[in-house]
Amino acid sequence: MFWWRRKSSKQKAKERLQLVLAYDRAKLAPGQVEALKADLLEVLKRYFPTEDKEMEIAFEQRGERVVLIADIPVRS
Amino acid sequence: MEARAIVVTSGKGGVGKTTTTANVGAALAREGEKVAVIDVDVGLRNLDVVMGLEGRVVFDLIDVLEGRCKMRQALIRDKRVENLYLLPASQTKDKDALDPKIFRAVVKHLLEDEGFDRVLIDSPAGIERGFQTAAAPAEGALVVVNPEVSSVRDADRIIGMLEAQGVSENRLIVNRLRPKMVKRGDMLGVDDVQEILGLPLIGIVPEDEAILVSTNVGEPIVIRKERTAAGKEFRNIARRIRGEDVPFPDLDPAFGFWGTVRKIFGGR
Repeated sequence: MFWWRRKSSKQKAKERLQLVLAYDRAKLAPGQVEALKADLLEVLKRYFPTEDKEMEIAFEQRGERVVLIADIPVRS
Repeated sequence: MEARAIVVTSGKGGVGKTTTTANVGAALAREGEKVAVIDVDVGLRNLDVVMGLEGRVVFDLIDVLEGRCKMRQALIRDKRVENLYLLPASQTKDKDALDPKIFRAVVKHLLEDEGFDRVLIDSPAGIERGFQTAAAPAEGALVVVNPEVSSVRDADRIIGMLEAQGVSENRLIVNRLRPKMVKRGDMLGVDDVQEILGLPLIGIVPEDEAILVSTNVGEPIVIRKERTAAGKEFRNIARRIRGEDVPFPDLDPAFGFWGTVRKIFGGR
């Protein structure tokens, strides 16, 4: 409503729902995401140094679509 | 809606399936349709008490399925509303006695041989066999959802399962909405729920204390004399099912003198 207000609980509910439904609809258990992360890391390590701790994987709702976001810092 | 066999479902329990079945069923009958409401919640039947017909149950759905009585003996005619009938669930028998194939034949028999215009099926909560049996004969569904995270999540699951079962004409009822909380930013609004679930809307029922009163006395709110917001919307849902273009209620919580003044001047 007003820009200086904290995010409303309604907005939070909507965002949480969209995220949880993204997992539900993809029929992905949270454990599977961890497994995917480990597999991805293994492949990435063959090309450049990266660390488990720094890598983040998440699903996100972008408009109509659900996208997989992988955040991987590359050490130079 | 084209669908003549409609399942009322939600996934989550306690969101208002049975109340919706009783009221939409009674309202459709008052619009002139011959309606059967069927309780499929074997072992946890409630449609009979919500409608105030519990004292007249002699035979039940399983008795019909297993040939212990004729369909007409099990159907309870509601004496207050012309053309409204209840087929109660069994409270004691094994729920596995309810076979989807036979249940489909029962609903077909009601529509084709007994002259019913519409059959409303009150589905049990959950996504297991009981729900699947309830949905088996349905061509369409009324998905009842409360504007609350767990209910919306379960509804999403149910919508997926309905589609997988070939139930295609599905409509959304947002039940127990509190307009003041929505306006304050503390409850999901109808537009939020609809955006998330992506189902065409057919009703917005506000939270209404009169519902509990009507359940206490066993009289669906649509047949009670007093004018209530929920009763009005249940009647409107029946009219929308019949294809009438009835506008959705304006649930702006601004009321009273200052509310009206604010509205006139376009304030919030």
